[in-house]
Amino acid sequence: MAAPALLFFTAFGVIPLLGVLVLSFTAWDGIGAIRPAGFDSWRAVFTDPGLPHSLWVTFLVMSLSWLVQTPLSILLGVFLAGAERYRALLSVLYFLPLLLSSAAIAITYKALLDPNFGLGAGLGLPFLSQDWLGRPNLALGVVIFVVSWQFIPFHSLIYQGAVRQIPTSMYEAAQIDGAGRIRQFFSITLPQLKNTIVTSSTLMVVGSLTFFDLIYILTAGGPGDATNVLALDMYKKGFQAGLMGPASGIAVILVLVGLAIALLLRRIGGGDDTASQLEGA
Amino acid sequence: MTTVTALRRRAGKLNWLGGLAGWFWLAIVIIPIYWIVITSLKSQSVYFVTNPFAPPTNPTLDAYRLVIESNFIRYFVNSVIVTIGAVVPAVAVSFMAAFAIVRGRGRFLKSVNSLFLMGLAIPLQATIIPVYLIIIRLHLYDTLLALILPSIAFAIPLSVLVLSNFVRDVPNELFESMRLDGCSEWQTLWRLALPLTRPALVTVTIYNALGIWNGFLLPLILTQSPDLRVLPLALWTFQGQYSINAPAVLASVVLTTLPILALYVVGRRQLLSGLTAGFSK
Repeated sequence: MAAPALLFFTAFGVIPLLGVLVLSFTAWDGIGAIRPAGFDSWRAVFTDPGLPHSLWVTFLVMSLSWLVQTPLSILLGVFLAGAERYRALLSVLYFLPLLLSSAAIAITYKALLDPNFGLGAGLGLPFLSQDWLGRPNLALGVVIFVVSWQFIPFHSLIYQGAVRQIPTSMYEAAQIDGAGRIRQFFSITLPQLKNTIVTSSTLMVVGSLTFFDLIYILTAGGPGDATNVLALDMYKKGFQAGLMGPASGIAVILVLVGLAIALLLRRIGGGDDTASQLEGA
Repeated sequence: MTTVTALRRRAGKLNWLGGLAGWFWLAIVIIPIYWIVITSLKSQSVYFVTNPFAPPTNPTLDAYRLVIESNFIRYFVNSVIVTIGAVVPAVAVSFMAAFAIVRGRGRFLKSVNSLFLMGLAIPLQATIIPVYLIIIRLHLYDTLLALILPSIAFAIPLSVLVLSNFVRDVPNELFESMRLDGCSEWQTLWRLALPLTRPALVTVTIYNALGIWNGFLLPLILTQSPDLRVLPLALWTFQGQYSINAPAVLASVVLTTLPILALYVVGRRQLLSGLTAGFSK
């Protein structure tokens, strides 16, 4: 009964995964014939001065968005796990950004941050009418803010579910021992959330490798190449410049980075124990 | 009992940090959404001269009319075809696979499961170049089927994971008694596992529908005819055409989100509880 799923996943998941490795040793413009090209594409990938920059931007987006999202999601998750009814209503509203497509979100923020017609101009606040997407550091900051806007709700829901599963008896015991609320958070809640943190971080980090549509529409990698993450670099090389070989090389790097980080996070989470945890992700 | 109430009171009094974050984030989430809705009801000339956060004094549906006249219905139908065409088979094959993995004992099924788990750690978008090649070779380029097939494959890993978690929760005695009654595996799947995992099926269905409805990369790469545009792609081209008409652009954002909002309103409870349970086990 697993056969149909296996078939689909092999055809459009496993084969492309191997295929991308094979294609990185070929030359192909996307239309004509595919020719073997040995290490030419890889040479092109590694001698491209844009690659270290794209890797750096990808790393920045990944780590900064993790740094912003994780503490806030945990805080919100703990808060939402409380029993009061209005908190349930809050989680319903929190979910709204998840209903919007990345395309819609990017388009909205582009209009909202327009220095001439957007938010700042309308309110007459010079601080808000900066050229948010036209200056390198600001644009990167906007990308991270928009990513957090989009995904914090999802992660706080995951944490909410996990916090609810922590037995209340643990808190009662801590209470009797005279532990304060902050102490309880650090010695009970946080350790109990360890596996959830690993799961959520894996989803965040692997997901951040694929922020293509959002960045493509919001900044197109710009200004200059300030927000040119690897996924965008791959698209531009392959589908705009017709260099599928080097683009496949970049894709291989993306896959390896994703796998390496997932394995690393599993190791941090406690080796074999988390293998089953990832199953319960 | 007294400890519990004391705990509650204590929690209520001291969790001001979570409360602050909770309300703060609510504002961050709601303000842009509020802005989208009110702006879409303004006329273009009004938009440039009024406070962006003031509700329109003369609400108008002009922006919506413009969007609908721009072939919106066509794109809407395309999105519906792709979403239903991908989600129904994806959930069906994932459910069968989850059932087989939980019920089966063999080595083979174990490795199938690990294969799907690996799919979670890999940014599947990185395989887009080979997927593009396969679609060309199958002569499916620029068809809706080209969007459906990879979408099914990409949805499988997470769906199998969440569904197998829920099938695993079905008590073994129930499976035993089905077997003693002489039911086949298919009958067990249909009459026992299906009804008992219905909430998880709803969760997975909505979650996948959300992802596919909002997908941008596959349509961008695998189709080109204007007639085959799905909504996120249409949004993007529409924004390119009418970039200075913010009310029209935002009306298109609202219109593309309405169907998914309706789905969310209907399945909200199950989606939220299913997601928190599925991810935080």
